[in-house]
Amino acid sequence: MSSKTKKARRAATAPHDGNGHAHAVTREGLSPMAQPGREAVPGSAVVAEAASKRPEPDANGHASRRGGGKREELMVPRAEFQSYYGKPILNEPTWQAADIAGYLFLGGLAGAGATIAAAAQASGRPGLARVMKAGVAGSAGLSLAALVHDLGRPARFLNMLRMFKPTSPMSVGSWILAGFAPLSGAAAACAVTGKLRPIGTAATYGAGALGPALATYTAALISNTAVPAWHEGHREMPFVFASSATAAACGLGLLAAPAAETEPVRRLGAIAGMAEVSMSKLMEERMGLAAECYHEGAAGQLIRAAEVLTTAGAVGAAVSRRSALLRRASGAALLAGSAVTRFGIFKAGVASARDPKYTVVPQRERLAEIPPGEPS
Amino acid sequence: MAIVDVEISAFDNGRDPARATGYQDAPPRMGFFTDTSVCIGCKACEVACKEWNHVPEDGLVFTGMSYDNTQGLGADTWRHVAFIEQTKSMGAQITTPAQVGDSAGAGAQLPATAGDGGDGDNPVRWLMASDVCKHCTEAACLDVCPTGALIRTEFGTVVVQEDVCNGCGYCVPACPYGVIDQRPDDGRMWKCTLCYDRLQVGAEPACAKACPTDSIQFGPLDELRARADERLAQLHGSGVPEARLYGHDPGDGVGGDGAFFLLLDEPEVYGLPPDPKVTTRDLPQMWRRVGMAALALAGGVAAVFAATPGRGAGTAVGRVRR
Repeated sequence: MSSKTKKARRAATAPHDGNGHAHAVTREGLSPMAQPGREAVPGSAVVAEAASKRPEPDANGHASRRGGGKREELMVPRAEFQSYYGKPILNEPTWQAADIAGYLFLGGLAGAGATIAAAAQASGRPGLARVMKAGVAGSAGLSLAALVHDLGRPARFLNMLRMFKPTSPMSVGSWILAGFAPLSGAAAACAVTGKLRPIGTAATYGAGALGPALATYTAALISNTAVPAWHEGHREMPFVFASSATAAACGLGLLAAPAAETEPVRRLGAIAGMAEVSMSKLMEERMGLAAECYHEGAAGQLIRAAEVLTTAGAVGAAVSRRSALLRRASGAALLAGSAVTRFGIFKAGVASARDPKYTVVPQRERLAEIPPGEPS
Repeated sequence: MAIVDVEISAFDNGRDPARATGYQDAPPRMGFFTDTSVCIGCKACEVACKEWNHVPEDGLVFTGMSYDNTQGLGADTWRHVAFIEQTKSMGAQITTPAQVGDSAGAGAQLPATAGDGGDGDNPVRWLMASDVCKHCTEAACLDVCPTGALIRTEFGTVVVQEDVCNGCGYCVPACPYGVIDQRPDDGRMWKCTLCYDRLQVGAEPACAKACPTDSIQFGPLDELRARADERLAQLHGSGVPEARLYGHDPGDGVGGDGAFFLLLDEPEVYGLPPDPKVTTRDLPQMWRRVGMAALALAGGVAAVFAATPGRGAGTAVGRVRR
């Protein structure tokens, strides 16, 4: 045991003597017994006096540090909070938007696309199936590239498969992707070349079965962080991602599949697009303070643009039964809307990590619900 | 060796994370008690940490934030001394037994003259606090690490294995305290190890060793918690009612911190979250929701394809027509 621990143990067991040691300056310097050291009491008389006069902090413990005393009554009470020089409490995610928001989109497109490809194959729509399989394999490949590129040590990407860890959505996702990517590649290769059809069929259904997991686990990935604008949406985020992924995959089908086979993705795209917009709204409504991040700044602009694009795509898909041009335009809008949604959510999270308000105020409110008395 | 015998269930590693991890004969859980009321802001801890752990320089800037040019914890700052200047009265430093009186009795009357320190009209107090990784009982960084680079040590601390970390960055937004971060030119994630190498040979961490006022105290967590309770009572009895412990409670949102603090103001004033919570606790609910959403996706696709008349509708699954 270290010397300090022993020393500390002695101090802990020694009877307190009132702590009012005088600074006994001797020829040998300050006498060790006279040093207050860790027993020192920070100047306290005035504090004690002031504390008895000072009004208790309000229920939330909120007090304005700056400009106190001149506060005006506001119609909407401003969220007051204290911070350390306005510095963020959280460390900002180190993820690059192009890589990770891009992956949220591409992984969703690949996942939902694989399920649609399987359904297209099962229902005898080979043209749609082929387009989806090619798009899925491409998205899965780009997903892998984006994820490896975002690593601080890309050469160590295989460490992702060192273990399987249900407490880490990224570990779960790595295993999903490790199964999905080869299956989607095989399905696409067989569809394009027309060879090894039984293997292609098996791979198509395999990827189709994993697809929904790939499209939705990313919601747990970002929600399972301390980032307020992500975590506070954890109840609705999986549904936002599922609908957004489905809308994007339907968009791809509308854009590129033969006209005669697009009817199911036209219907599904209209439903999924509407679901994406409404689930996003629901998530923001239930989120509390961090919802601000979805309305302000660059993230707010992206979210608004996504809403317009996805709504237009969904409505366009719904009425585009007879117009090939409108169908294609709607498909492109759904794809773009899904991508912009993911970038908007990503940016909102980063913005909420940057401002200590979104960490402090909801936590203070949470503490206020607990019977007061005990500090944190 | 005061080892508290605890019953460990799969979902409660609250008291003894090392044993819950699987260490058979784990030593007592070690930690820090940082008593900020005696911190003098000398930054010896920052320097000792950098020197011992070979932590690189990470920017020599002037921030204007009092004496704090380090700004916060990160990949290359494992101890950070915060400086807070407040227009609140600190009162006069009490230096004689007569002034303090009998502090053993709570609410003891303090001599009125003690307060005439001369700055009653223009009160200023200066808070200093050395922040560090909290080595949470339920550590979010450890839970989310997909490679297993982050581990629980036999001392109950949380350490990054630098030869395993692939720099995925998941631990950074997962940490509710903003501790761990990425070293830009290196790509990997770094944070306080509670001087794992020193602990293994029975030495105390560099920061605690260097601390001249014993503001940073190192030892078995049980002892530190007991000592912190005593210190808190002492301060409350001496007329410092705003003293409070932070991170000491095993019932808090992270199961208690391995490194906890005595503060003289609200945690957020020091840049600490007032009520941090490990999000792993919500993860089972998230996985359920993900499962529901995945089923909804699959069901929606199946339903719409089934309801859409067209080629091959109603034919055997698995056969491609044409």
